[in-house]
Amino acid sequence: MSAKAKTPSNDVKKPVARKDMSKLAWTWKEMKNNWVAYVMLAPYYIIFLLFTIVPVLVSLALSFTRFNMLEPAQWAGIENYTRLFLADDLFITACKNTLIFAAIIGPVSYLLSFCVAWFINELGPKLRALVTLIFYAPNIGGSVYLIWKTAFSSDAYGYVNGVLLELGVIDKPVLWFGDADYIMTLCIVVALWLSLGTAFLNFIAGLQVVDRSLYEAGAVDGISNRWQELWYITLPYMKPQLLFGAVLAITGAFGFGAVVTDLCGFPSVDYAAWTIMHHLDDYGGARFEIGYASAIATILFVVMIGANGLVKKLLSKVGT
Amino acid sequence: MARLQKMRVRKHKVVLNRSRGGDTGIFVILAIMGAIMFLPMLYTIMQSLKPLDELWYFPPKFYVINPTIKNFTDLFRLMGQSWVPFSRYIYNTVVISVGGTFGHLLIASMAAYVLAKMKFPGKEWLFQTVVLSLMFHATVGALAKFIIMSYIGMIDTMSAIIIPAWGSSLGLYLMKQFMESSVSDAVLESARIDGAKEFRTFWVIAMPMVKPAWLTLIMYSFKDLWNTGSTIYIYSEQLKTLNYAINQIVSGGITRSGAGAAATVVMMMVPILVFVISQSNIIETMGTSGMKD
Repeated sequence: MSAKAKTPSNDVKKPVARKDMSKLAWTWKEMKNNWVAYVMLAPYYIIFLLFTIVPVLVSLALSFTRFNMLEPAQWAGIENYTRLFLADDLFITACKNTLIFAAIIGPVSYLLSFCVAWFINELGPKLRALVTLIFYAPNIGGSVYLIWKTAFSSDAYGYVNGVLLELGVIDKPVLWFGDADYIMTLCIVVALWLSLGTAFLNFIAGLQVVDRSLYEAGAVDGISNRWQELWYITLPYMKPQLLFGAVLAITGAFGFGAVVTDLCGFPSVDYAAWTIMHHLDDYGGARFEIGYASAIATILFVVMIGANGLVKKLLSKVGT
Repeated sequence: MARLQKMRVRKHKVVLNRSRGGDTGIFVILAIMGAIMFLPMLYTIMQSLKPLDELWYFPPKFYVINPTIKNFTDLFRLMGQSWVPFSRYIYNTVVISVGGTFGHLLIASMAAYVLAKMKFPGKEWLFQTVVLSLMFHATVGALAKFIIMSYIGMIDTMSAIIIPAWGSSLGLYLMKQFMESSVSDAVLESARIDGAKEFRTFWVIAMPMVKPAWLTLIMYSFKDLWNTGSTIYIYSEQLKTLNYAINQIVSGGITRSGAGAAATVVMMMVPILVFVISQSNIIETMGTSGMKD
C-alpha cells in the first residue's frame, strides 16, 4: 500500500465517488483503505456494543417472551405489555413516582447546576476551585448520602428528630424515611444534594470558554447588565454544553433508584417511593420473570430516549 | 463614554456589566447554598469523630465535644476480624479500579482518536451510538448483560466489573470531543507525511497532547469503580470489594455506627482527593464537551 493510500483520512476535500464505481463498491474501497481505523476502534466498540447496546436489543427481544433463565424462552407476543398496563397496579404506582422524581429532579438539578456554575464563574480562580469542590463532593463521595439516614433517623437520637423534640415542634419521633408522607420529599432533597455532577462541571467549563471579546462587543452594542449578557451572549454560545448537560440530567433523573433503596429499604413503606427501577429489580432480580422485567426495561428505555428528544427540541429555542 | 459608565473595577480588574449589588447578592446566595451542601459532609466527619456516648446523646449534638479517633481504630480492628482476610477486599478493589481505569483510558482514547481525526465510512453512525447510550441509564440493560456474561462465562470473575468499564461511553465521548479541538490536524498530517503509521501517530503525537483528558477519564472511571459495591455479577466472598465489605461491617448493628461513619469518611476521601488533584484538567476537558444537535 502506498503512503498516499493510507492518508486520505484527513483530506479536507470530501472524496467523490468515481463514475465507474457503484456507491457500495466505493464504500468498500474506502473501508479497505482505512482498515487501520477499524482495527483501532475494535477493542472499544466490541466491549461497548456487547455490554451496552446489545443488552438493550436483547431486552427488547426478551420482552416478547416468557423466560425464567432456566427453561428456554417462549414466545408471548405482547402479553407482558398488556399485563403491565392493565393488570399491574404497582407498575402504575411506579410510573407515577418515576415521573414525579424525573419531573422535579431533572429540571431542578439542571437549573441548579447551571445557576451555581454561573455564580461560581464570578469568583476568582482559587475560590472558584474550592467552591466547585464543595458543591461537587457529594456526587463523588460514594455512600456519603447515607448520612441523611442517620440525620433523619426514625428514633429520638436522630439529629432532626432530636432538635424538633427539643424545640417542642413534635412530641414523638417522626419516622421520616419510613413515613409515606415524607419519603418522596426527602428523597428528592437527597437527589438534588447529589445532583451537581458532570453536568455541573460541564457548565463551569462552558462558561469559562466563552469568548471574552463577545462580552466587550456586547457592551458596546448596548448590553447593560449581567442578565442580558447571560441571555443574549452566554446561553446561545453555550448551546452545545446546555444540550450535553440536559442529556446527563435526564438520564440521571430517570435512573434514580439505588439511592432510594439504600435510604428507604426495598420495598419502601407502602411502596411510596417505588419507581420503575425498583419494579425492574423486583421482577428481574427476585422473581426471575425475565420476560416481564425486560418489558419494564424496554419501557424505561423508550421513556428516557423520548424525554431526551423532547428536551433537545426545547433547547433549540434558547437565545432566540 | 457610555461604555465606560458600565465598567467597574473589581480587584484592580475592569469588569463589564456587573453591579455591586448583584455581586454581593451572588456571594450571599453562594455562601448559603454552599453551607447547605457542606453541612451533611461536615456532619459525617463529626459523627466519625464522636465517642460512643456522644453518638447516643440526647438531645443529639451536631458538633463533637471530645473528638476521638477510636472509631477509626475500631474500623481497622473490625477489618481484622472478617472471614476473608481484609487485605483481600483491598486487593480486589485496587485491581478493579486500576485495571478498569487504565484499560478504559487506553482503548477509549484509541477509539476517540480514530473518531476525531480519521475519515472512514460509518464514522458518524458509530459516534451517534455512543451519544445515544448517554441518553439511557445502564440499569436498562443490566439483566440482559447478566445473561450475556453468563454465556461468555464472565459471571463471578473480576472481569465482569473490569471489562465493561473499559467500554464506558462518557469517557469516549469526552476524549473524542477534546481531541477534536485540541489536537491540530496539521501536526498529525506532517507526521503522516513523514511516514508514521496511524497507531504511532496516535500514541506518540496525539496522546501527549491530551493529558487533561487522561486525568478526566481516570477520575470518572476510578470513582465509579472505587465505589463498586455488591453487584449481581459477583457472588464469591473472595472477589467482593472494599465498599461491600465496609457496608457489611457497618450493618453489624447500632454500636458500629461510629465505625460506619469512619468508614464512609475513609472511602469518600479517595475519589475526592483524585478530583482535587485533577480538577483544573477536568474543567479544561469539559470545556469541549458540548453536544451538537
